[in-house]
This record gives sequence, structure tokens and C-alpha cells, in this order.
Amino acid sequence: MTSLLGKRITVVGLIVAACVFPFITSNLYMLHILTLAFIWMIAVYGLNLLAGYTGYLSLAQAGFFAIGAYSLGLLTVKAGLSYWLAFVLACVITSAIGFLVGLVALRTREHFFAIYTLCVGYIIYLVIDKWDGLTGGVRGLIGIPAPANIGPISFQNPLSQYYLILFFLLLTIFVMYRIIHSLSGRTFIAIRNSEELAQTIGISTMKAKLLAFVLSTFFAGLSGALYASFIRFLGPDIAYITVIFDLLTYLLVGGIGTLAGPIVGTFLVVTVSQSLQFLQDYRMLIFGPLLTLLIIFYPRGIAGALQDWIAKLSSKKKQTPPKQRKNGKGAYVHSQTSEKKVKEG
Amino acid sequence: MDILIQQLFNGLTIGSVYSLVALGLTLVYGILHIPNFAHGALYMLGAYVTLTTMLLWGFHYWLAIAISVLIVGLLGVLMDRLVFHPLRNAPPIHDKIAAIGILLFLEALAQIVWGADYRSMDTPYGQVINVFGVTLTMQRILINVGAISVMILLYLFLKKTFIGSTIIAMAQNREGAHLVGINTNKVAMLTFMISGGLAAIAASLSAPINLVFPGMGHLVILKAFVIIILGGMGSIPGAIIGGYIIGFSESLGATYISGEYSDIIAFVLLVVILSFKPKGLFSREGF
Amino acid sequence: MFLETKQLTKQFGGLVAVNQVDFTIEQGKINAIIGPNGAGKSTFFNLISGTHPPSSGQVFYKDKDITKLPPNKIAELGIARTFQTTHLFEQSTVLDNVIVGHRLRTNSTLFDAILRTKRFRREEQKCREKAMEVLEFVGLTPVADQLAGSITQEEKKRVAFALALATDPEVVFLDEPAAGINPEETEGLAELMNKIAAQGITVCLIEHKMKMIMKLADHIMVLNYGEKIAEGTAEEIMSNQAVIEAYLGGDASA
Repeated sequence: MTSLLGKRITVVGLIVAACVFPFITSNLYMLHILTLAFIWMIAVYGLNLLAGYTGYLSLAQAGFFAIGAYSLGLLTVKAGLSYWLAFVLACVITSAIGFLVGLVALRTREHFFAIYTLCVGYIIYLVIDKWDGLTGGVRGLIGIPAPANIGPISFQNPLSQYYLILFFLLLTIFVMYRIIHSLSGRTFIAIRNSEELAQTIGISTMKAKLLAFVLSTFFAGLSGALYASFIRFLGPDIAYITVIFDLLTYLLVGGIGTLAGPIVGTFLVVTVSQSLQFLQDYRMLIFGPLLTLLIIFYPRGIAGALQDWIAKLSSKKKQTPPKQRKNGKGAYVHSQTSEKKVKEG
Repeated sequence: MDILIQQLFNGLTIGSVYSLVALGLTLVYGILHIPNFAHGALYMLGAYVTLTTMLLWGFHYWLAIAISVLIVGLLGVLMDRLVFHPLRNAPPIHDKIAAIGILLFLEALAQIVWGADYRSMDTPYGQVINVFGVTLTMQRILINVGAISVMILLYLFLKKTFIGSTIIAMAQNREGAHLVGINTNKVAMLTFMISGGLAAIAASLSAPINLVFPGMGHLVILKAFVIIILGGMGSIPGAIIGGYIIGFSESLGATYISGEYSDIIAFVLLVVILSFKPKGLFSREGF
Repeated sequence: MFLETKQLTKQFGGLVAVNQVDFTIEQGKINAIIGPNGAGKSTFFNLISGTHPPSSGQVFYKDKDITKLPPNKIAELGIARTFQTTHLFEQSTVLDNVIVGHRLRTNSTLFDAILRTKRFRREEQKCREKAMEVLEFVGLTPVADQLAGSITQEEKKRVAFALALATDPEVVFLDEPAAGINPEETEGLAELMNKIAAQGITVCLIEHKMKMIMKLADHIMVLNYGEKIAEGTAEEIMSNQAVIEAYLGGDASA
């Protein structure tokens, strides 16, 4: 019970810290960077739900992010829709395209799924890049409006945008928390563990996977729409492969398949790469090997490592019942080798 | 008519390069079941190493290629030892992410060492010749002749030598190969060596007609994935045939459909194929 | 008829794994399928549970043709199964691993989960209670709160049983439940199977451990090279000439 209380204090503390942060620093640049990090976190949560909890590594996430961003941009700039209508439509359009792609992509598995989605992502990039008439191609799309006022609240200045985006991030985390800690979340995890087993305990795996996929694209779209109205300029490179690699790095560093992972990873990587500004172009020199080393030694990232550590501590306290438990460790090793069998089979 | 012949020849040339890259990818996949996303980086490094040895030490083109094959091949072995070998028991999602990590690292490395500029590679084979009214450059002929000879050599190696046959055996049945006393670790290293070498040859042959830059591997590797799915992951003839299919459809598509969208053809093809055959065109059921 | 296969056949390429097998499972009893390695036992299970589609032949459950149903629909009808290796989520507790087993008897959607509706809370509670109940039944209550990664091999076998039972089945198919555990533990699992049957849940298992089968099963089918070579009670099987030949003549792996 104490750990639950501790958790609650940490969560409330973090929210308060995020709320008062703008008053501590008067540095607009820092505020800008943090707002941007919040936007990425939303996209990373989407990726986490699919790759982390359901076990399907989608490399099209940057593409869906771009679809959300361009939908908002085009609907406001070219179609002249009101901002919030365009905002809602951007999320709907992204999820709808996600639904169609998922319907086909999810028939494939593992490597095929990764490669399929990689290609889908690339097609999205190429279409944005080449379809000059619609997207402005390499010249980009400019003049995207900032979020429209809601009643008396205006979102024209950086501070109010910070809070708006923070609001959406908190909403995302809240929704994620509830999904993960529900039967739907358990269903996703069951699919990640073994799709075959999940199906034999009566789970309609296709439906569940499609749900996870559409949700992940929805959050990508949400994140993209926020990005478009925050940066107010769009170029095709937001759909490029490097963006998905960035998102993956955030997720991996923080901890794939953990609820805190996306925040921890995105925050750390974004702030660290800001302080390594001189390395900007070469930051992958550090993050590339980091990604590889993490997956070898800490496959569940910082949040996962912490979780394991806490679990170890608490299980030591509880102590296992004396009943002939030969070797807990041995059992764990065994289960890992059984994973290998699946992979080869 | 001339245009058609010209484009067919171009398709053959592009196809040769794709086939070589896809061959390396499919060999590794066949043996270790790893979709090696870092293979594109090996391709890119192959071109840079060749270019550097030519410029820096003034080595002859062929000698430079040989050095490049050796270096990139060893790099492949290193990758296997340092990354994929430790991950052999991990869930499959880990291999992919690790491979992506390597890709990012090698690209950033290339950017530091060689800069982000586009460079051209000059070879002694710049002459233009005229065959039956079709204009060809020596280099393009060289690409085709070179690629096809490498493929024949590889085929002979795999089919006629003992070491080669161990690779085939392991691709067919990993556990069985282990049981009959094949050192699977050694075979894995050898496969990575060959795979890296093939990427270096492909890059060195094609660099003179393209350009050398850190991101040059992106499109090629993506297309190589399309090819091996087209030809059946792990299948050697499939990689060769698939390479030429993509090569021809691109060069013809660029002429008769749209030059702008020629790069998209391969991906659309893949999306369509996987939509109907989720396990690829020539999936072996029961494996 | 409770559960029946008619001329069930599966071919992989040119290989016939299961060849025209007619088999009936008797309700409320313990049924067993035995046979040398590679006799097609697991494939036979996969055909019934819908994991693989048969090449020809049919499966009937309570006179309903279920041959073409996907595994999740078959599970909904009350047919559960276990695998030789069970993939548990190691970082989660045993209880958490089993809760999802009752998911198929619930209707709450994603929106229920996000809004925490009454239905969601009720069903969440129902699944949790079901999980506690089946864990109690298989004797794992003491380890319910431990991480699945830290329990013994034998306990994992019991978790697999619990997961299958959480689906509220009428028949459970157990794929080599006693593989990889010692004789003492095997004894315990046999007891558990008797207990399941006593609850009115039909059991059908594949097993290599002959002694256990002969003691446990009411009804036995013997497969060899994908074909049924004998069927009957333990005594009938033990005195059957074809069975003796298959086991002594071929590979005597049992």
C-alpha cells in the first residue's frame, strides 16, 4: 500500500512540477523545447501501446504523425475550416487511414509487419514529398494557425500553448493508464506474450490488434495536429524514417512496454540532445549504440529496470514461502529459452 | 524502340545492384532470421571505403574494391559478434531495434568522417560506347558483368564447396545443422562476412553512376527488403529474380508512368503483395 | 455425441501428419491420445482447437460443425486447451496472468475501460474472482501474487491449467501436461486432472508418460504415423497387437 501512495505522490508531484515550470524559468527557449517534448511523448505513447504492449513494431508511426499534421495544416490553410473542427478531423482522418492500413498490415506478423509498415511509412513520405499541388512538396506548408480561442482562453502565446499541450499529454497518459489497467490492456499483453495462446483463450486477436493499431495511429495523429499548430510550418521530413528512429529511441531509453517509459525517455533524450547541441547532426553517434546496448542489456529501458529493481526489493522483503521452490532464477532462465523456440519455429 | 532498349538495359543495371544487396540480406535472414536493417549502412560504407582508398592512396579501382569487401565484411562479422550473437535468445523485436541502432550509428559515423556532401566516384571506365545504336557507358556494362560473375561465384561457392554447403544446411534447418556438428557460430560469422562483402561490391560498382553520401543506403535497403519478401525471405534465387523484377519495373515505370514516382513503385508493389500474401510470395508453409 | 472428429486429415506439403482419424471424446471422462514421437498427436489437437485448418474431414462439437471456426470462437463454445510451453508475462503476477483468461466471457469495450463504467467494474471484478477461483482450484493461491517469472516449472504447468479453466470450458485439451517435470510432481498433476474431471469438465490429453496414462485415462486412442491404430480402455490398449508393434517395432521413445 505504501508503494501505491508513493506512486501517487510522485505522479501529483510531476504534474505540479510541469504546471509551475513556466514560472520557474523565464527562458522561452526551454519552454519551447519542453512543449515539443510533450508533443513527441504523445506520439511515443501511441507507439508504446502497439510495440510495447501488443508486440507489433510499427515503423509507420512517423507517417501517421505526418498525416495528422498535414491534415490539420491543409484543412485550416487550404480548406479554411475552423481550427477545432480541423483538429478533430485530423485525428479522425489519421485513425481512419490507420484502420485501413491496419486491416491489411496486421495480417502479416513480426518481421513482415515491421517491413510492411516501414514501406507504408516511406510511401506516406514520398507522397507528401512529391504531391506538390496538395502538400507544397519540399517547399513545405506555411501559415498554419495557432489553436483558436476556446471561450475567453487564447492560445496565441507560448505559455498558453504549453498548457494546452500539457493538457493533451495528461489526457493521453490518463487514457493509457486506464487502457493498460483494464481487460482491454490485458488482452493486448496476452497477444504480445503469445498470439496463439491468446486466441485459444477466446480472444479475437485480429480485432484486438486492430484496436491497438488504430489507437496508436490516433495518438500519432493527435500529436501531429498539435505539432502543426505549434510549429506552424510543415515539411515532408517530418514523415521521414529518421523521425520514427527518434521516437523509437525515446521509447527504448525510457522503457518499452512501461507506462512511464515514454515520458522518461523523451524527456531525457530531448534535454540531453539539447545540451549536446553542438552534436546535433551527430547525435546518432551516441544514440545509435545506446539503442543497441539498451536492447541487449536493459531491454525494458530505464523505467523497466527501475520496476524490476523495486520488484526485487519488495520480493526480498516478503520472502518466498519455504515450499520446495528449488530455484526461482532457474525457472526464469528456462522461460527465456522457450521464447527462443518461438522465434525459430 | 531505342528508348525501350535503353531502359531495359538500365533496368538490368539497377536490377544487378539490387540483386547483390538483396542477396546479402537474404543470406543473413535465411541463417539467423534477422531482418538486418543495418545492411544499408554496410552498403554505404562499402562505397566510402572504396572511394577513400582510391583518393587517399591512389589505389586502383579493383584493388580498392577488394579492400572495401574485406573491411565491410569484417564489419559485418563484428556486428554479428557484438550485437546479434548476444541477442540470439531475445524476442524478435529486439533484433530489429538493435539493427536500427547500428544503422543510425554507422550513418552518423560516416557523416563525421566524410561529411554530409554528395561525392562522385571517378573510375577508369568512363568511356561511352555505342552498341547497335544504343549508348552505353563502360561502367554500366561493368556493373552487369561484375554482378553476374559475383552471383555465379557465390552460387558455385554455396553448391560446390563444403563450407558453402554448411550455409545451405543451416538455412534449411538450424537445429539439425547443429546436431550434425556444424559450428553454427562460425557459419553465422561467415554469412555476415559474405553479406557485407556483397554489399561492398554492389556499392562500389554502382557508386560511379550514382553519388556517394551518408544516406545512400536508405532507399537501396528498403528496396532490398521488398525484393526478399517478393522472392521469399531466405531464398537465394528469389533475391536475384526479385532484384531484376524491381530493377525493370522501376526503369520502365520511370519512362512510361512517371519519373517523379519511380521510387514508389517497389513499395506499392510490396504493399499489394503482402496484402494478398501476408507471408510473402513464396512462403514455405510449415516452416 | 459430445465431441467427434470425422475422417480428420492434415497434410503439410506432401507429408500426411494426421490421416483420416475418426475419434469421439466421451463427456465427463478422461480421454488420452498416445503414440510415438511425430505420430501427429499435437497436430490433431491443433486441428480440433482451430489453430490449423484441416486439409479434409470435420470436427463436431455437440452436433455442431466447428471445423472452420477460428480458435477464439471455438474457445467461446467451451473448448479450452493448453500448450506444451506456456508463455506467461514474466514481469506480472500469476494472478494478473490468469485474469485475462475470463476475458471471453465479458463484453466491456475500450470506452468502458477509459470511462470506468459500472459494467467495466463489474466485469473486472468478475474476471478477478474467476482467476482467484481457478488458482485456488489448481492449488496456486499461495503464489498468486508472485511474479510469473519467479515460479517453478511445475507451478507454470498449473498456471496453464488455470488459464484454460478460467475460460469456463466444458472440455480441456492438455498438450503433454507432465513434460519436463519429475515423477512426484506428475503424480500431483494427475490428481489435478482427476479433480477437473470430477467437476464435470471433460479432459483430453496427450502424454508420453505411459504409466500415468494407463492409470488415469478412461478412454485411449493410439496414433501412429498420423493414423489411428487402436482405441479403447487401458487394458484393451495394453493387449492390442498393433500398439505393441508400433511401440516395440518403431522408435520405443515412450
